[in-house]
Amino acid sequence: MDVGVTASFWVLAVVGVASALAVVFLRDIFRAALFLVLCFFAVAGIFVILSADFLAVAQVLIYVGAIAVLIIFALMLTRETQRGSPSGRFRFLAFLVGAVFLVAMILVVTGTDWQAITEAPTEPTTSSLAQALFSEEEGFILPFEIAAALLLAAIIGAIVLLREK
Amino acid sequence: MTVGLEHYLILSAILFSIGLYGALAKRNAVVILMSIEIMLNAVNIAMVAFSRYSHLITGQVFAIFIMVVAAAEAAVGLAIILAIYRSRETVDAEKIDLMKW
Repeated sequence: MDVGVTASFWVLAVVGVASALAVVFLRDIFRAALFLVLCFFAVAGIFVILSADFLAVAQVLIYVGAIAVLIIFALMLTRETQRGSPSGRFRFLAFLVGAVFLVAMILVVTGTDWQAITEAPTEPTTSSLAQALFSEEEGFILPFEIAAALLLAAIIGAIVLLREK
Repeated sequence: MTVGLEHYLILSAILFSIGLYGALAKRNAVVILMSIEIMLNAVNIAMVAFSRYSHLITGQVFAIFIMVVAAAEAAVGLAIILAIYRSRETVDAEKIDLMKW
């Protein structure tokens, strides 16, 4: 059990980081978009070994099913595939910012004494997620309704932006 | 060696840094949006890892809200990029300088 989790963590981590690097460094942006899909799948696998079953399925549905298709459609509609994805003038500065952030985060993570519970949770998360979202006293009903309004506003906004005059 | 909370947090930090580099360095606006999606995924990994190692479900609730906002952001962002492409025939972030002072 533990060996399986460890092995799948390393496989998924290597696949996720490698495909994220491919998204950033490949010149062919259509291949970059396909590697982005692979990265989303690796993150869904990470959710599975973190015993977040509902989120793993939601990750596949929302990111792989919806956002990846949106991005591939946008790539095809903008027809920039021949030009590739060149880096800008501030490439070195951006690399510096990313590297400094990574080093700072690793120092913070390794330097903190985490009070972690190592035993894995045993029951599925879907019903406890629903309890946390919709319970009367300390639930997230108001943020949930605001999220619904946000999605509606985003849909209407996208339609208005792209409507033929 | 067993995998602990630190492993997930460092994986999340690595993915976030890759996305940060892509969002800052790339010129194609769609690739910038793809890098932002990688950053949001990295944050979700950290949220779910904290939720798993504290047995509190709140981290996963926040991950759901991050997904909702990411979906809205992708839809509006790509609509803006397509609208700009229609009027200016480019999605190069260095050539879209309409609002630069």
